[in-house]
Amino acid sequence: MTFTLYSLLQASLLCLNATALLHEERYLKNIGWGTDQGIGGFGEKPGIKSQLMNLIRSVRTVVRMPLIIVKSIAIVLLLLFG
Amino acid sequence: MAYHSGYGAHGSKHRARAAPEPPPLFDDTSGGYPSQPGGYPAPGAEVAFNVNHLLGDPMANVAMAYGSSIASHGKDMVHKELHRFVSVNKLKYFFAVDTAYVAKKLGLLVFPYTHQNWEVQYSRDVPLPPRQDLNAPDLYIPTMAFITYVLLAGMALGIQKRFSPEVLGLCASTALVWIVMEVLALLLGIYLATVRSDLSTFHLLAYSGYKYVGMILSVLTGLVFGSDGYYVALAWTSSALMYFIVRSLRTAALGPDNMGGPAPRQQLHLYLTLGAAAFQPLIIYWLTFHLVR
Repeated sequence: MTFTLYSLLQASLLCLNATALLHEERYLKNIGWGTDQGIGGFGEKPGIKSQLMNLIRSVRTVVRMPLIIVKSIAIVLLLLFG
Repeated sequence: MAYHSGYGAHGSKHRARAAPEPPPLFDDTSGGYPSQPGGYPAPGAEVAFNVNHLLGDPMANVAMAYGSSIASHGKDMVHKELHRFVSVNKLKYFFAVDTAYVAKKLGLLVFPYTHQNWEVQYSRDVPLPPRQDLNAPDLYIPTMAFITYVLLAGMALGIQKRFSPEVLGLCASTALVWIVMEVLALLLGIYLATVRSDLSTFHLLAYSGYKYVGMILSVLTGLVFGSDGYYVALAWTSSALMYFIVRSLRTAALGPDNMGGPAPRQQLHLYLTLGAAAFQPLIIYWLTFHLVR
């Protein structure tokens, strides 16, 4: 399994895209991972599940706009260079 | 190097007005260069005037002066951009090593079982640089070990008559990608388990990079003593590295507050550390077994 930096870039783009695609209402709420469920109180330890939900939500918010640009560039380059 | 010292001296002049500055990591070798920003165009102009006398061709002199001013402008821009992404002072901390530290650290990586005190020492809230503290992580050993590993892989493949120049680049980028993935996985684990520690990305990079020393030793033993020697060295370096990682990460992650917190959090810490340690032998085997056949 030999990697190149290009394959790392490709894999990270696909993973970020997958995270950004998770729709709040249609999907995450059905498996109990929506951000308005289960935040709990202000205890000292947030717990893994709420950390993960926070992470998904923040990744989605931050990455949505640049991801559109990066994906269109990738589409154009792949069409041109195969 | 002189540019860095010049910038460092300039920066520390500014900082000295605000707060007491930490002791300098490197000696200031900026003796021959002016340390104010206004001094920068002056040497360029002087060079242009001197060369004017020597060459006697005005166009070449104008071009040379223009080129040198463009180059210095480009260098300033690169420094500014680099400072935005990577804090160069924090990076300098990891390269403040000397020969005695490197020798002792390599010995510690191969035989960590007799080392007693694993805590990183601080002086006035600032961690001591690796020169003065054996337990401090550094990036010099991982960088050198990575380069040595790539060269050694080329040599091992050459011995097996499977060498071609692309293989070197492929080996280097494969190892680099594995390191990046491991550092990202560790960062994700630290974030999810909400471990409060002062383990920055560079610390994790340093601890992940120490496995290259084990890889080099395994490959060398495999080349000299054959396949059995490779497996013996692999077992030895893997267990030494696992012990080293577990002890270092436990004292680093639990460092500031020694109570440890509630029990499930401690369990998460433990799983994270054990997972990081268990990953090392696998990746050492994966990246080296094709070199020793």
